[in-house]
Amino acid sequence: MRVPLRRLAHARSGDKGNISNVGVFAYEDAFYPFIKAQLSAERFAARYPGVVKGRVDRYPVDGLAAINFVAHEALGGGVSRNLCLDNYGKTLAAAVLDVEIDIPDALAPLLRGP
Amino acid sequence: MRTIRIGSGAAWWGDRVEPAAWNAERGDLDWLVFETMAEATVSAAQVRRRRDPAFPGYDTYLDDRMAAVLPHCLAQRTRIVSNQGWINPEAAADRIAWWCRKLGHAGVRVAAVDGGMLTERIADLADRVLETGEPVAALAGTMVSAEAYLGAEPIVAALADGARIVVTSRVADPSLFLAPMMHAFGWAADDWARLGQGSGIGHLMECGAQVTGGYFADPGYKDVPQPWHLAFPIAEVAEDGSAVVTKLAGTGGVVDRRTVKEQLFYEVHDPAAYITPDVVVDFTTTRIEEEGPDRVRVTAIGGRPRTPTLKVSIGLEEGFVGEDMFFYAGPGALQRAKLARTILEERFRYVQLAAEDLRIDFLGVDAIHGPASPAPAAEPYEVALRVAARTRTRAEAAKVGREVDAMAVSGVGMTGKRVPHQDRVREVVGVWSALVPRAAVMPRITFRES
Repeated sequence: MRVPLRRLAHARSGDKGNISNVGVFAYEDAFYPFIKAQLSAERFAARYPGVVKGRVDRYPVDGLAAINFVAHEALGGGVSRNLCLDNYGKTLAAAVLDVEIDIPDALAPLLRGP
Repeated sequence: MRTIRIGSGAAWWGDRVEPAAWNAERGDLDWLVFETMAEATVSAAQVRRRRDPAFPGYDTYLDDRMAAVLPHCLAQRTRIVSNQGWINPEAAADRIAWWCRKLGHAGVRVAAVDGGMLTERIADLADRVLETGEPVAALAGTMVSAEAYLGAEPIVAALADGARIVVTSRVADPSLFLAPMMHAFGWAADDWARLGQGSGIGHLMECGAQVTGGYFADPGYKDVPQPWHLAFPIAEVAEDGSAVVTKLAGTGGVVDRRTVKEQLFYEVHDPAAYITPDVVVDFTTTRIEEEGPDRVRVTAIGGRPRTPTLKVSIGLEEGFVGEDMFFYAGPGALQRAKLARTILEERFRYVQLAAEDLRIDFLGVDAIHGPASPAPAAEPYEVALRVAARTRTRAEAAKVGREVDAMAVSGVGMTGKRVPHQDRVREVVGVWSALVPRAAVMPRITFRES
């Protein structure tokens, strides 16, 4: 079955200069291999066209069932210069949660949300 | 194994005061730690001081915070570490000593840690700006401030010299929490394993409620009990650095593996190499175990030798931003907003707005995620038109507000607008980084007693 990432993982973004990092955290260890296999840096970047203007570094941490995405040139030149209303990029983590991930049907009982 | 209890008192300048008072009163704390500085705090304070010579240069909420926590901390012998000193930690320490006297406690030793300011010397010490590669020497004309991030060591030295309260200028956030651990347990400054673990715990604590259920709730997915009543975290740290992150009973919020994981990566780039002035932290080995309700044990954070350099934050004058918004509702709202945008674009040409960057967005449609926003499935019922321009001069930036003013009577039908009661121009101080050799930075510690 194909589900939005939001049903498998939660996320938080943080800022440093013109770089935004988005941590993606599987709710269940069983979800993690599917997220890791399908949520590449390229797929992450493709969710932020016109927002993330630089490269995306991807750091999977298997022991925590988590992936840290580090998006360069993502904050309009830096927090203080950024003309975007959300100049810290605090809302950016939400966008990746609608990326769709294929998982085995057997995992359906573990899905979060309605 | 001996443990110490370290509570958070603030995660940023604008943070609530009550949770700090709860921790001070009921947290059975050995230490209370305040983190009140953002990346731009020092440069913003310098700008303010130029305009307002009476500004003392420390946390503008210092009095509120100290009045709330000092009665409990002094009575319970809880020691305080705080970066509320901003650009004038000596004056902050004097003020805290004044508060101690006022509360009837004489002889409380208060230390100020300073010495990271490098504004006058940075051109000689640093080669290039990390983010842009630009030579630091070329920035002299626009530089507001340059300050190094100090580590835990000068705080530890102040504590070893008997300070019960230490107030600092710029110190790396995790170091504020690491210092009490190093002091209490006698960890050496090259005990990389313990310094890594302790700094990792400090990193979890530095953003306060972000580990106790703040910046977390997502209804139906991540529900938080009583999110209007959040506590700031408490860490119970053992001699080996292992720690339990928890919060006061009877408060709202939650501490569990989800909140801890989210905060573990917050503002982190490579999780295997989180660089602080004290140690290079490795989060990839971290073990996170829920050992009870709102009690999470965090162990096995790694540490490697610190780097030979310190990071310097450089604030540069980068002009001004003018911004304002107005709004539409009901059928056709988006169409009227689009016409308003066209009018503004024409007007900005007419008044020759010299903008280095200009955004006119539809708030409610795509103002926040811009081109990454999906097309709206239905016509939005409400739309705000939000306009922002970055300019070289204050006068140029002011044109944004003046043109928005005109939209009240010379714009589109059924335009909703606020009375321009607030300053719609702000000064931009860009924050950049450089590295300097450690030896170039000499922390200065001064003491006074109440």
